Amino acid sequence: MEEIKKNPLSMQVSMEDFMPASGEDKESLVIMRESVGFWKDGIRRFRKNKIAMSAFFLVLLIMIFCFIVPAFYPYKYEQQMKGSERLAPMQYSKVEKAEMEKGEKIFPHLLGTDQNGRDYMIRVLVGGRVSMTVGLVASVLILMIGSVFGAIAGYFGGIIDMIMMRIVDIIYTVPDVLIIILLAQTLKFPLEKLSMLPAFTWMQKLGSNMISMFIVFALLYWVGMARIVRSQIMILKQSEYVTAARALGAGPGRIIFKHLIVNCIGTLIVTTTLQIPSSIFTESFLSFLGLGVQAPMPSLGSLASAALNGFQTYPEKLFAPAFLIFIIILSFNLLGDGLRDAFDPKLKQQ
Amino acid sequence: MPKYILKRAIMSLITAFLVATMTFFVMNMVPGGPFLAEKAVTPQAQAAMEAKYGLDKPLIKQYTTYMTGLLHGDFGLSIKKRGRTVAQIIAVKFPVSARIGGMALVLAVLTGVPLGAVAAFNRGKFLDNLIIVLSTAGIAIPSFLSSTLLVYVFTTKLHLLPSLGLKDARSYVMPVIALALYPSFYMARLMRSSMLDVMGQDYMRTARAKGVTTFKSIFKHALRNAILPVITYLGPLLASLMTGSFIVEKIFNIPGLGSEFVSCITSRDYPMIMGTTIFLAVFVIVMNLFVDIAYAFVDPRIKLK
Repeated sequence: MEEIKKNPLSMQVSMEDFMPASGEDKESLVIMRESVGFWKDGIRRFRKNKIAMSAFFLVLLIMIFCFIVPAFYPYKYEQQMKGSERLAPMQYSKVEKAEMEKGEKIFPHLLGTDQNGRDYMIRVLVGGRVSMTVGLVASVLILMIGSVFGAIAGYFGGIIDMIMMRIVDIIYTVPDVLIIILLAQTLKFPLEKLSMLPAFTWMQKLGSNMISMFIVFALLYWVGMARIVRSQIMILKQSEYVTAARALGAGPGRIIFKHLIVNCIGTLIVTTTLQIPSSIFTESFLSFLGLGVQAPMPSLGSLASAALNGFQTYPEKLFAPAFLIFIIILSFNLLGDGLRDAFDPKLKQQ
Repeated sequence: MPKYILKRAIMSLITAFLVATMTFFVMNMVPGGPFLAEKAVTPQAQAAMEAKYGLDKPLIKQYTTYMTGLLHGDFGLSIKKRGRTVAQIIAVKFPVSARIGGMALVLAVLTGVPLGAVAAFNRGKFLDNLIIVLSTAGIAIPSFLSSTLLVYVFTTKLHLLPSLGLKDARSYVMPVIALALYPSFYMARLMRSSMLDVMGQDYMRTARAKGVTTFKSIFKHALRNAILPVITYLGPLLASLMTGSFIVEKIFNIPGLGSEFVSCITSRDYPMIMGTTIFLAVFVIVMNLFVDIAYAFVDPRIKLK
């Protein structure tokens, strides 16, 4: 290459600036830190939150106790033991004492037994399992119905929005106890008939009450979720990427499901997590009224309700299930709060 | 503003009408009837009873009859409580629930709002953490647990308060506390987060910069703005508290509207179900309307249209 004579006073561009970069130059451009995506960022923030992390592990622990431990527990929740009715915690019946003297090992009744001679500890654990199942399934149903309904109303706006939101208002206004009692009664017969069919025998295992409870939750409690999603979508639909997608010829269905709902995933996660404790709350309330899960299957609410009568003499029979409800709701609430702090874009700056 | 209220009132009427219609048909879809529970009723007697309450007519006819009555302000006769109209029963039961619910609401606002505000002002300090822990635990207590715990402590152990009925002023204490517990802690959480939000706003810094005292800036600027989300919550809360909580009324044996409502559903007292449902629905709708109007008064930025 011919050397260009350089005049020190000239403004001429230096040719060196246009030479290929050396290794040294390149090094300065190496990315110092990986760019942090939505999930990574959120998870990192979540893991720093000590309260939320302990709530997360507490939820895991409760799940292990309620879902796995009953399978290995020496008693069954519906197993009635003659002669060991109404035992106090850690007490043994005469039959069991006699067997122990013979050298047999008897697993202690950690929380005593109920009036039918059923081990109370396993009933509380299975009750927790039932309550958690109801809470989780109901929340997923609410998530699906609420988010789709809210997204459609928010996206289209105008008269469609108005009609859809009036429906939400009506459901919001009708007293839920009324609908629950009426639906539970209405659905009982058709559901029992349906569960006789060979393909639906799994329904017998759950009991028609539980199924009708799922239907009630699915029909009634999605309105809150729909309102939240609608307001999010109304903001998001103004974004440039929606305009771009529309310009590229995407239909409303594609925009709603591929762009809008995906973009409020943070809100959806948080709302669903916070929905779980409130579903469990409602389930325990319903079972307390005797409208929830059927006997002999226990739920925390029905156990507490049954214990209410003899509560002066056996307070622990009420406090055990009630305390488990308290712990479950508390840990899910804390987990939801932590997730919101981690994933809600509005709170990022703080 | 008047135009907005008129529009909302018409909307509310339509909603109430749809609620009534829906309740009527869902209620009649359910198998069973008001006379099935009574034993030793001959078919003739049952037919006579059904004729008396118009239940033998076709459903559409029953519906139009009921709706015409309703438009004339007639809620009909209760089937289970012979000789009493639905309106009379509601007039007796509602004040009981409303009194307890109203007191619970006042208690909840008076404890929840200051708790949340105090927590926000001491952000990150011990007091804040204490209030957060208390309120997070507080909203995880089911009302049947808090009610029975109250009875256990104050009646069984300390013999201080009566546990059943509403005889004197002392018997109001426990039901009111049991009802107020959840909304109070919920409001504390709501108030804390909205207060933190407000305290980060520019106008708070401006107020401080121009020399407004802390006291004045809190009461004139912060509280007034932070209370908005609490007001939104108050509407549905007021409706649910005043119409009675079934659980608290059951545990404390209070003859209120909440327990009446559940018992009339289980006994299929059709006119009672319709009457109480419409009453509750209208109550909720009116409360929500009040809240929206109150919102516009507190926050002039909100334009009602």
